[in-house]
Amino acid sequence: MTGLHFDTGRVLLLVCFGIVPLVGIALGLLAPSLRRQMPLIVAFVAGIVPILSLYIPKRFLSAAGEGMSPRLDQYLIIVAGFALPLGIVNVIQINARKVGRTEKGWVFSLVLLIGLLVMGAFGIYGAVSGAGIGFLPDGSSTPFQWMTDWLFRPLQATIFSLLAFFMASAAFRAFRARNVEATILLVAAVLVMAGRVPLFDLLAYPFPPLQPAAASLSQMMGRVTEWIMDGPNSAAQAGIIIGAALGAAAMAIRVILGIERSYLGLGKGD
Amino acid sequence: MRWAIRHCLLAVLVFASAAVGAPTGTLTPPPPELPAPDQFVAKDRPSDSGNSILLTWKDPPALPTGTTFEARRAEPPAYEWTKIADVNAGVGRYVDASAKDGVVYRYELRARHADLADTLGLAGAVGPAVVSDPVASHDDWIRLERMNSLVASLAFLVLLMGSIWMAGRGSQLFIRRIAGLNAVDEAIGRATELGRKVIYVPGIQPPGDIQTVASLAILGHVARATARYGTELDVPNRDPLTFTTARETVRAAYLAEGRPDLFREEMVNYITYDQFAYVAAVAGRMVREKPAANFFVGHFFAEALILAETGQTTGAIQIAGTADPSQLPFFVAACDYTLIGEELYAAGAYLSREPVLLGSIRGTDLAKVILLLLGLAGIVSATLGNNWAVSLLKTQ
Repeated sequence: MTGLHFDTGRVLLLVCFGIVPLVGIALGLLAPSLRRQMPLIVAFVAGIVPILSLYIPKRFLSAAGEGMSPRLDQYLIIVAGFALPLGIVNVIQINARKVGRTEKGWVFSLVLLIGLLVMGAFGIYGAVSGAGIGFLPDGSSTPFQWMTDWLFRPLQATIFSLLAFFMASAAFRAFRARNVEATILLVAAVLVMAGRVPLFDLLAYPFPPLQPAAASLSQMMGRVTEWIMDGPNSAAQAGIIIGAALGAAAMAIRVILGIERSYLGLGKGD
Repeated sequence: MRWAIRHCLLAVLVFASAAVGAPTGTLTPPPPELPAPDQFVAKDRPSDSGNSILLTWKDPPALPTGTTFEARRAEPPAYEWTKIADVNAGVGRYVDASAKDGVVYRYELRARHADLADTLGLAGAVGPAVVSDPVASHDDWIRLERMNSLVASLAFLVLLMGSIWMAGRGSQLFIRRIAGLNAVDEAIGRATELGRKVIYVPGIQPPGDIQTVASLAILGHVARATARYGTELDVPNRDPLTFTTARETVRAAYLAEGRPDLFREEMVNYITYDQFAYVAAVAGRMVREKPAANFFVGHFFAEALILAETGQTTGAIQIAGTADPSQLPFFVAACDYTLIGEELYAAGAYLSREPVLLGSIRGTDLAKVILLLLGLAGIVSATLGNNWAVSLLKTQ
């Protein structure tokens, strides 16, 4: 019985994701309109299986590791594994062309290609030689790890740190009191900021007699901030989340039923 | 006579041995007997994918502290008892996940106390065992604990399909204006007039994320518009699966508009899987090439603000869309138009103006109204001390 269940799931997946696409390709050679239908069939099956597994715990559908739904997740990883080399080839093609034609900004493309090839070469060498891409037995870094630690991570941190400046400039623009809504936003923002930092304690620091009053003012601002975040803010967020969840469910149903086809680049009548 | 003397001697010997063996002084109490578990039942675990048996019991009263319950299992063909678990008192249940579907098992449960002496005076007292009826595991057809979710999903499906059906029959639907979507053509038109490109960022998640699917639907419309106007389109990607899907979307859109000659492979390009390296590349592209319009539609994280602010400094018209509330404020602050939450999912339908798709937006709105009423009723009843709404909406 167990074997039968196991095979049922596999056979169904093979039919849906092996035979149907192949038939689609074969039919597509004869009639392009039929080829367009095949992705819709595959999308229907890929979408309906996880939904059914949510409610039907049958072994062939939902069992961990061997049901159709968990297997679909595994398929996704395999497909992503194939897609990544396509991406790398695309990077090499586009940037090599740019360097070859010395188009504007070709130097950046050259740096990118050198980085890709050098890091890739050291990574592959580490994997092939068995030394790995982390640390050597004596505790020293492999070349791949060294470049990760001393080139890649600092660059990553540099870009991430830009956020602080961009946040300041965005806040400056957003908090200009141009109308009533923007003014409410400004007031709320000022209150929240004042409640999140020890502003009054800092201001009262040179004046010891004022410090107790500043401390209680800070506490009060903290409570105001908490109220704004837990009350109006989370109510608004809940509204957005409920709307988005329903919208996402409707979108998923449209895609599964083949009503929404614009993600395939197709529109009305196509 | 000899027979009587022999029996008298034997009786004397028995009494003498009893007297020698008897303890002197006060009598020590016998070790407390461990009681048997109550209501021990072994049954197939309900609403599961098989291969598990659920054991349930109730702790007997006056159970000494530190008692555990030892579960044992017997399986064919030998039906020898094998220990499978020790469960602390007070738990009252155990799931045997090592069972196999279709095999008939018997289970035995008994109390055990490591510190108490047994009847022989040895450590590890064991109470009487209770044996279950024969039981076999099997997979089930329905998850009963998710019935409320199933009913809600089916009701939503019916509502949606009903709205789509009505729209298909020609019912007039009012769909409010979504400024961000009305501005799509305006943004592309501006790019066409200026002779500059349009950048479309479809988020950084794979197509398994529904926001990415919604973004690809909008990309289809944007690509058709750029194909119509002959405007340059640039779609940089972070996820390789999204990259391959987006390329097919754009290719199909150009084909559908009858302009396959304008489609170039490098329009949809891959950059890198690293989040900040991707941001650096796209931001650099925006600064160097000064696109006239930027679209940031999909699922974003910390890169949202870096992209939007960089685009803002280049003076491009910017349209963003995401359903993630934590990134929405950044887009609202830095972009000209923002699709908020559900507007992102409605965009494909709104832009296509197909009645069938617009019907689904109406269905979503009706579901929202019902949820709102349900929420209000729940708030009122919870305020009055009744938590029916909580138990109704609880999912597992």
